[in-house]
Amino acid sequence: MTTFFYLSSAVAVAATLLAITRSHPVHALLYLIVSLLGVAAMMLTLGAPFAAMLEVIVYAGAVMVLFVFVVMLLNLGPGTRPDARAWLQARYWFGPAVLSGVLLGLLIGMMEPLQSTIVAVREVSPKAVGVALFGPYLLAVELGSMLLLAGLVAAYHLGRSDAPRRGRA
Amino acid sequence: MIGDVMMVVGILGAVVGTAAMLIWVERRALGLWQDRWGPNRLWFLGIGQVVADMIKIFTKDDWVPPFADRTVFVLAPAIVMATILLAVAVVPITPHLQIAGDWNVGLLFVLAMTSLAVYSVMLGGWASNSKYAIIGAIRATAQTVSYEVFMGLSLVGVVIQAGSFSLNDIVLAQQDGWFIGPQILGFVIFMIAALAETHRLPLDLPEAEHELTAGFHTEYSGMKFGMFFVGEYVSVILSASLLSVLFFGGWLGPTFGWAWMPLVWFVLKTGVFILFFILLRAAIPRPRYDQFMRFGWLVLLPLSLLNVAITGAWVLMEAGS
Repeated sequence: MTTFFYLSSAVAVAATLLAITRSHPVHALLYLIVSLLGVAAMMLTLGAPFAAMLEVIVYAGAVMVLFVFVVMLLNLGPGTRPDARAWLQARYWFGPAVLSGVLLGLLIGMMEPLQSTIVAVREVSPKAVGVALFGPYLLAVELGSMLLLAGLVAAYHLGRSDAPRRGRA
Repeated sequence: MIGDVMMVVGILGAVVGTAAMLIWVERRALGLWQDRWGPNRLWFLGIGQVVADMIKIFTKDDWVPPFADRTVFVLAPAIVMATILLAVAVVPITPHLQIAGDWNVGLLFVLAMTSLAVYSVMLGGWASNSKYAIIGAIRATAQTVSYEVFMGLSLVGVVIQAGSFSLNDIVLAQQDGWFIGPQILGFVIFMIAALAETHRLPLDLPEAEHELTAGFHTEYSGMKFGMFFVGEYVSVILSASLLSVLFFGGWLGPTFGWAWMPLVWFVLKTGVFILFFILLRAAIPRPRYDQFMRFGWLVLLPLSLLNVAITGAWVLMEAGS
């Protein structure tokens, strides 16, 4: 299991790096999808199949589909490459990279006392996740659903057209 | 270990082989229902037509248009086959003839794989870099993303009643009665959503040939087109087997003391649904795109939510009494 964990996390990290550095928008998005799938595989090795499946269904299967959809609608092809290349100059990414590097160092430093490799993985069944969500974490679920409702109302408001409707079905 | 590998190879081979045979079955069945013959010349009942079609598709010029995005163009047809065949892994054929039917997130895995299958169509259409293909891909994306929602929601009733995502448990939960009775609403919604997901006629709006030539696969030829074509039949098999497993008790049925009877029941039930898919193609015309999307969001979404609410209330009431 440990081998699978390191393999899938290596894939996720490599794909994320490629997603950042590709100048072609669709290719970058494809690498991001691979990275999400890598994270899902990682969750599987850590004994969280339910979270892994939700990661694939929600992120790789729905959110990223809409990303690619928008890129497709805007028809951002190879023509946008020079713009993207301009953003990849060192003076743009150097500052954020240093700051993120500091954060990464802190994170590794904090993990030092844990030291344990992944041992004795306990698999969490979908039922256990449901019981936890609708038991101790009920308030968080309700808050999340309120947030989604707000998003829905806003999307409805933005999408509403006041022009007379043509070709009523 | 060897046995497991043989099981995987056997099931995948059977599914792909059946998918290839379905090309002929569909043409003959369509012919029957439309009062004509269909391919009936080669060998017994024209079954050699499959072989002839295969030879033709393998020897055709496999052309990649110079204006296409080459890598993505080649990758796209493989995605549909890979994802749908992976989803087949969790479908239990019989108690002993299955790969991962016991997996406790089996049904979610199927939904995850079908949601990834969208990429095949959308990337294929986008990489083709032509107007018809991109309109087809945009239609396909909007259609599949919408109908995925109802597909997932329509199955929640089944999961509530079985108390598990594992397809084995779902089949075993139907020993006292198939879910088609209490889940008739879920069945109808899942049927329509599955048809939309496989984008077959009557819901093949992404490739409507009178408006979009061939939609997302306009630029494809040779074996790459063949992958899309066979992939469609593989998804028909997946949908039909899911319908029989989730709503009609899968392998359950009187065995008459014969060890192979569960397999016969599964094949029989799945076969009926495959033929029903073909009958739908022969019988129903294609709806208009905006009508179809409106129908989904205004009719199927409330109905599937209602189904979840009623099933939940009913199960709670049963548990309380």
